[in-house]
Amino acid sequence: MEFQIDKVAELARLNLKPGEKSKLEKDLGAILDYAQKLNTLDTGSVEPTSHVLNLENVFRADEVKTSNAAEKALEHAPHRDGDFFKVPKIVQRD
Amino acid sequence: MKYEPVIGLEVHVQLKTRSKLFCACSTEFGAEGNRHTCPVCLGWPGSLPVVNEAALALAIRAGLALNCKVAERLKFDRKNYFYPDLPKAYQISQYDMPVNGKGELLIETKAPDGALVEKTIGITRAHLEEDAGKLLHEGIPDGSLVDYNRGGIPLLEIVSEPDLRSPQEAYDYLTALKAILQCIEISDCDMEKGSLRCDANVSVRPEGQEKFGTKAEIKNLNSFKMVAKAIQYEIDRQTELVESGEKVVQETRLWNDAKGVTFSMRSKEEAHDYRYFPEPDLVPFTLSKETVAAIRKTLPELPRERAKRFVRDFGISSYDAAVLVQEKGTAEFFEACVSAGAGAKAASKWVLNDLLAILNEKNSAIGDCLVKPDALAGLIRLTESQTINSTTAKAVLIDMAATGKSADAIVKEKGLAQVADTGLIERAVEKAMAANPASVADFRAGKQKALGALVGAVMKETQGKANPKMVNEILLKKLSS
Repeated sequence: MEFQIDKVAELARLNLKPGEKSKLEKDLGAILDYAQKLNTLDTGSVEPTSHVLNLENVFRADEVKTSNAAEKALEHAPHRDGDFFKVPKIVQRD
Repeated sequence: MKYEPVIGLEVHVQLKTRSKLFCACSTEFGAEGNRHTCPVCLGWPGSLPVVNEAALALAIRAGLALNCKVAERLKFDRKNYFYPDLPKAYQISQYDMPVNGKGELLIETKAPDGALVEKTIGITRAHLEEDAGKLLHEGIPDGSLVDYNRGGIPLLEIVSEPDLRSPQEAYDYLTALKAILQCIEISDCDMEKGSLRCDANVSVRPEGQEKFGTKAEIKNLNSFKMVAKAIQYEIDRQTELVESGEKVVQETRLWNDAKGVTFSMRSKEEAHDYRYFPEPDLVPFTLSKETVAAIRKTLPELPRERAKRFVRDFGISSYDAAVLVQEKGTAEFFEACVSAGAGAKAASKWVLNDLLAILNEKNSAIGDCLVKPDALAGLIRLTESQTINSTTAKAVLIDMAATGKSADAIVKEKGLAQVADTGLIERAVEKAMAANPASVADFRAGKQKALGALVGAVMKETQGKANPKMVNEILLKKLSS
């Protein structure tokens, strides 16, 4: 199956060294080829499965609970500024 | 060659729930930074999202009000991208099985010749997704601050078909959409608080051509007026490009309201690749016909139906009715005022012309107004009984809005009741005529306009309290004698 290792790496924000690139290209290719075998099966009458559990309609009620997760998360953040996480300046997305 | 714009809008509205879409954090606006976060919305490993039942019900409610086909089966998907406003590096959204499929919205819009026309705008879909966090850049030279309080708040993304053909139509679509969403109480639709946001897709094509031109997506639109302005700018920019033989680039552009221009965020070197896949942490949903029917039963009268009823039952113009139903609070105020005994035409005029002007000036909502519907009806009664004239009544209304007092109380307190004493008015008229001989001569020489100055003088003499009809009659009688 065709894919571009550079694009996959870019999307996953991975910096690959030239040596890693060819090795991963081979590995990923083998995985995709393996999965490709499924395409030889006729699945026309099988309903697509989005979940392996035989469950549906799991809800929670609209109730508020408080959590102190923020304090712990901020403690472990590489940078913080008061109540906020601090990240490098990023130009607008897109 | 003439060019035709093609416009589609993506509207995000925040659904009115107490807790977030997938966790129990509060959705309250304005909390301290990151106060409303938990392991789920911070994306901690091992945490699991669970769908808020109320959010799904509100989404279905909106779908039904927009005539959407509500799904029998729906699921959630991951939309993957890296940006610090997403702690998980993906947003839980809906890709190929949204809660609401195709629908439509009937709008009333102004044709180029000014006539009101109806137009049906297609809705492509309206799906559920979680909001992202908020990045703060202002005044921080060496980075950005992230607040995840908004992250995970339930949004409904309503995507229109590219059926809109002018900035005016886009404006009217948004107005109609907001009126419906507020009417069915699924969202506050407050653009200032970000509970309603809009992006516009704009392209142009030669008139008569079927194929769409290349589109640009415009963001950073903070009011409906801005949407219309930005679309007009974009139409002009793209038309100019095409006419000079250049190409429109597919890109995201930001509206700069101060300069009145859109500018490119960054050209897309590669098309987005969000790599959607089914969210493995959430099970799929099946909606029974009964569930959907039960929600449909709770839908109130929608704005368009309400406007039609106002025209039919109250005899007001369809234009006034359309404006009254734009805001639910305004429509309810008007109806309550009529129920309190005011004539419908007078109530409509006072609400639309005077009360809304006062509210606009104070930038306050009709629900917070100190003038209540029965109090406005009281004011209208005083004008109809000619206790006060309309100029005085306008001043009284301003007083009522400031103090919350009744019209009766203000009129009594300030002695504003109209003077209908013939003798008193006659004396004022005589005084005015004596003081303005030139106007008297002008009028007698045939200048109708001179009457205005004399009426003004009489009103001044009586501190604006004279019954204008009587002033006119007495003046005319004295002038012709």
